[in-house]
Amino acid sequence: MATVRDFSASRMPGFAAVAIVAFLLLYAPIFTLVVYSFNDSQSVAVWGGFSLKWYAEAWENTAVQDAAIRSLVIASFASAIATTVATMAALGTTRNEAFRGRTFVYVMINQPLMAPEIVTAVALLILFAAVKTATGYTGLGYLILAHSAFCVPFAYLPIRARLEGMDLSLEMAAADLYASRWRAFRRVTLPLMAPGIAAGAMLAFVISLDDVIITEFVKSAGQDTLPTYMLGQLRRVVTPEVNAISTALLGLTVILLTAFFLLTRKRD
Amino acid sequence: MASAAERASRAEDVRRYWALCAPALFLLLVGASGPLLIVVVYSFLEPGDYSGVSWRFTFDAWINVFFQKDIFDETWGVADAHLTIFWRSVRLSLLTTAITFAFGFPMAWFIATRPQKERALWLFLVTIPFWTNLLIRTFAIMEVIRNQGLLNTALMGLGLIETPIQILYTDAAVLIGMAYVYLPLMVLPLYAAIDRFDFRLAEAAYDLYASRWRVMRRVVLPIVRPGVVAGCILVFVPSLGAYVTPRVLGGGKNMMIGNFIELQFGQGRNWPLGAALSMLLLMIVMIALLAYVRVSTRKDAHGHGA
Repeated sequence: MATVRDFSASRMPGFAAVAIVAFLLLYAPIFTLVVYSFNDSQSVAVWGGFSLKWYAEAWENTAVQDAAIRSLVIASFASAIATTVATMAALGTTRNEAFRGRTFVYVMINQPLMAPEIVTAVALLILFAAVKTATGYTGLGYLILAHSAFCVPFAYLPIRARLEGMDLSLEMAAADLYASRWRAFRRVTLPLMAPGIAAGAMLAFVISLDDVIITEFVKSAGQDTLPTYMLGQLRRVVTPEVNAISTALLGLTVILLTAFFLLTRKRD
Repeated sequence: MASAAERASRAEDVRRYWALCAPALFLLLVGASGPLLIVVVYSFLEPGDYSGVSWRFTFDAWINVFFQKDIFDETWGVADAHLTIFWRSVRLSLLTTAITFAFGFPMAWFIATRPQKERALWLFLVTIPFWTNLLIRTFAIMEVIRNQGLLNTALMGLGLIETPIQILYTDAAVLIGMAYVYLPLMVLPLYAAIDRFDFRLAEAAYDLYASRWRVMRRVVLPIVRPGVVAGCILVFVPSLGAYVTPRVLGGGKNMMIGNFIELQFGQGRNWPLGAALSMLLLMIVMIALLAYVRVSTRKDAHGHGA
């Protein structure tokens, strides 16, 4: 009977076509950007043959080098700090009975996701301007602090997800065998959590590496990261050099994300 | 009744939970939530001579958000320039939400109706742009829509137009850019909702001779509504606070609230006004999020019986 009425409930006419077009629209601009980063010609309209000259130019540009190193330093510190505190917070908020104030902890941790970034950026600008005047310190510490804070929710979520899905029986077995609490944690819980921690750290790293707005407001003079450098380069058009940097960053993001998905994939 | 020893050990546990959360809370207090309180204070101060503030309490900044004093006859009037920017921000954000929904719903539907094995791949394809640097995606769109860009070159090559269409540095450019960068935020929650949808319900409706449109409107949409609300809020909220996309694609003229706030901390040299505008933006976003929480919890409350 079902074959007589020739359709299935899940088929909506036109939906597949719109979806395919949307996927193409989603990738066409990124694809263009990548392709033209290898273009020998200055103009986007003209294909001048394959060339790596824009990569070479970006690589030799000391401003780009400095910005790239600064980006990596900030992202490394920020993801390390955010992942450490997020791991502790995840241990404190999962797998136990609700305690008074736990909702407060959730709200605090997720707050950076809720407030518009421009508002957080302005708030940090005001705070750090006062601290800079008071202490005279203008180092990278401000950027690392700011990045660490907004990376916390991104590190926290995969770690918490991992903890919630974890089997308690191994830890109980360890406790039954008279392992001390610390020993059970270090030898049993921590290794089981490791994929979640790694995933959280990677997400935090990507988020820190990509940040534009907060960095733009918090940075002192001469503290450009790659994204703020690229934003600053933008006068009238995107230069091929910026295309090359974008493509390199894009590649790094895709590698980290693939690793993230492999780490969080359910093994079943 | 819990014994005294049990209560003591429970209290100790709770202390340990707090100790574990303390470093994260401290970091977020210093680097995220705490500074917001300072913004509240600054919005009630007077602007300093060059930048910053001078510590005198006043409501001026908040009044200036909506009203301004005429420089010639000193009368108060509505601040047209500010209202124009607010209205542009709200309008562009609503349009962005509508466009991303128009594309996002079929996308989410398409992914949810793929064979189980394929779904992860399609989702991954949505996720990659989502995690790609916003600035890079904005540059990518710029390459497409600028005068010598891909779109105009293609249209001229086909002989459809004689001269390039000026899209860049218009509201349309900002709209295209925001719809592009926020589309994944619409697709992901919609997918989560449609994926849980029981297609047998649609089947039953068809068997009762409901048309496709009717099935969509009366059966599917009411059930996936929490996903629709989540997607719309997730797109609307960052659109309203957008800064990078309007700055890059809108040029200097087509400001949104985010750019206007920045202006107050830069050339505008009116930190209190910037602080007040920031708080206004934060309040609108919080109202939207609270509305979302209310809608999603209410749906859950009687969704089980359906």
